[in-house]
Amino acid sequence: MRKSIERVKATRAKRLEAGPPSPMTAEEREDILEKFHPDYKPEKKRKLAVGISAGEIVPHEVADIFEAHPLFDPADVDLSHIDYDVSVLVIGGGGAGTAAAIFAHQEGVSAEDILVVTKLRHGDSNSIMAQGGIQAADRPEDSPAIHYLDVIGGGHYANKPELVRALVLDAPMIIGWHEDIGVMYDKQDGKYLEAHGGGTSRMRMHSAKDYTGKAIFNAVRDEFRNLGIPVLEFFPAIELLLDEKGNAAGAIIYNIETNEYKIIRAKATVLSTGGFGRMHIQNFPTTNHYGATADGLVIAYRAGANIIDMDSVQYHPTGVVYPTAILGQLATEKLRSQGAVPVNKDGEAFVFPLEPRDVEAAAVIRECWEKNNGVETPSGVRGVWLDTPMIEEIQGKGTIKQRLSAMWTMWHRHDIDITKDPVLVYPTLHYQNGGVEIDEHGATRVPGLFAAGECDGGVHGKNRLMGNSQLDIYVFGRRVGMSAARWSKRSKPKKLSLQHIVDYDKQLKKAGIETDRVSPILLPDYRAETVISSSLGRFI
Amino acid sequence: MGKGNMNEQENAMIRIHVMGKTYQVPAGLTIMDAMEYSGYRFIRGAGCRSGFCGACSTIYRREEDYRLQFALACQEMAEDGMYLVQLPFTPAPRSKYNLEEIDPSENVLLQYYPEIARCVSCNTCTKACPQDIEVMDYVQAALRGDIARTAALSFDCIQCGLCTMRCPADIKHYHMAQMARRIYGRYLSPVPNHLEERLCEIEEGVYDNELGKLMAMNKEELGIAYAARIREEAK
Repeated sequence: MRKSIERVKATRAKRLEAGPPSPMTAEEREDILEKFHPDYKPEKKRKLAVGISAGEIVPHEVADIFEAHPLFDPADVDLSHIDYDVSVLVIGGGGAGTAAAIFAHQEGVSAEDILVVTKLRHGDSNSIMAQGGIQAADRPEDSPAIHYLDVIGGGHYANKPELVRALVLDAPMIIGWHEDIGVMYDKQDGKYLEAHGGGTSRMRMHSAKDYTGKAIFNAVRDEFRNLGIPVLEFFPAIELLLDEKGNAAGAIIYNIETNEYKIIRAKATVLSTGGFGRMHIQNFPTTNHYGATADGLVIAYRAGANIIDMDSVQYHPTGVVYPTAILGQLATEKLRSQGAVPVNKDGEAFVFPLEPRDVEAAAVIRECWEKNNGVETPSGVRGVWLDTPMIEEIQGKGTIKQRLSAMWTMWHRHDIDITKDPVLVYPTLHYQNGGVEIDEHGATRVPGLFAAGECDGGVHGKNRLMGNSQLDIYVFGRRVGMSAARWSKRSKPKKLSLQHIVDYDKQLKKAGIETDRVSPILLPDYRAETVISSSLGRFI
Repeated sequence: MGKGNMNEQENAMIRIHVMGKTYQVPAGLTIMDAMEYSGYRFIRGAGCRSGFCGACSTIYRREEDYRLQFALACQEMAEDGMYLVQLPFTPAPRSKYNLEEIDPSENVLLQYYPEIARCVSCNTCTKACPQDIEVMDYVQAALRGDIARTAALSFDCIQCGLCTMRCPADIKHYHMAQMARRIYGRYLSPVPNHLEERLCEIEEGVYDNELGKLMAMNKEELGIAYAARIREEAK
């Protein structure tokens, strides 16, 4: 590895002078994706056998949790005893859910008539982990229309047009809201400091150093706390409740420490449960938080909400490869938007650094496995260099500590100085491109059920661009909060039912699926095999 | 389920002591991974697993060393002979305020968090911080009414709460600093004009027509428009 680093150093000046390789043409992009992107391997997916979207193709890991039994027998649950009776229930305490609660309140629902439930702590989510930025077309050189074209082209034209319109047109307003609640965006000379992301044609990436998600979410949560809206932590929803007409009517939540369940009745329900990174699709490591196990997707699907674009998975081009202890953690795209370029073992740049993520990831995989130009770590994992010292050459000394302090700290903890040495990277599972299909108001196919954030589907098509997930979270979090509030005012308290769970289980049987799988899975299991195989389970 | 393409080679084994029990684990794991390898399945004490959320505060001692050490379990490497204790996140009281209505003058932080005046400059907070933030310095800045400095110094705070748990003066550092950052963002860092202008244009419907045209395009037409984009070069 050290020898290869020397070659990277030796070629740096020449590369800086020549500039990075040119972007690929549409044909070149298609070709490299077809050959090298993990999404383009049909054997890693299958057709769903049951449910409203039966016939849709999804990764095996997703099919496995859809084609599974519920965690409990509906006959064991007493629906006549209601523990919480509210107007708006929000399931999931990341950015989208927290924003939804705030805007439901702004739309006239009292704080005590809203309830947020969340599996881990309020804020344990991918929302806080976003590093690079959030897109918004607010410079005179830019426009929402150009943003639209970048988004839909990056998504391979599969995105729902009305959702992209909402995304790009609400974006500047969301930045304005963040200003109102005191998010500290990076600014210079009275303007935002805006940069490119992969697949953007204008510089519109707003950032708060490389802690963008944390800086935004912490202000949003602080505002939420000032409003006094109640939260139940360590209480995942394990099934949605419907009324007899099939309208959303609340949820069963589960205390993961005491195993006790509670019944929530709600006039409107918001799903903001995030994605599936911890399912380790195709055995990839992930950047995602501990609870990213697609629980919301499962329970919404059983309740009759259809899915869209779930065949498509985002692998972030640059996950950490070395040191192995932090394998798969995120090396933000902002490193590339500030000037770092991926280079191979001989110090050669092999791809334009800011292609859309799927294309960039495919190029890294090709370099490592077809061209055999990757660098192998002592533990046998391959990666390519991301030449981080270029950032300081281009932007000036001190840039990394100033604008990329999270990245500096992460590697510094392992005695790697990214201002001096390049870092080793390889694609890592990052984002669920699809999800529960919504309309521009965030409404799903189930009346009274709304979805926002990573669990929603249709916004990003087959590939999301950097900085558009933070935007999705707050654009659609706000929209579903307002939609749910309005819906709740027109809706009456309902008689609760779990008949859809009984029916779904019958469908499994009819489809010939015999399995002891249960879902939602709630948390991954990382215990050593030897421990799991000798476990008796008395205290689990 | 595996964690992905780990392909760990056979490593030397080390001993860790988890709340008094000793386990053998491979070297080269983070504290969190080492505890999971030992058979612990976290409910509390694990969050983002990337050093951004503050869920996995850990205190430990080394054998033959009296000093307490502080770390994030997902970021710090397990070492032979570590005595580990996980600290589930402990909420601290925070003051409610209305950002729109407060007076963002230099006394505001002291008004909402008067206990910062009890800071004895012992620097325990700074020593406990896994983010290497100069915590005591920002408390002192807050005392002086320097909101900008409090906000800047505390920017990387992940609100794990270790500072607050260790403080002999009951200061709620991370809540106070959050308030400082919001006041700075809201009142001391002006909104760029170009945002205001764009908001007016959107309000007036300036982009509705162009967006309508794009929405009506089929895949082929969009492909042509997409290919014709000219990428802005950084100045």
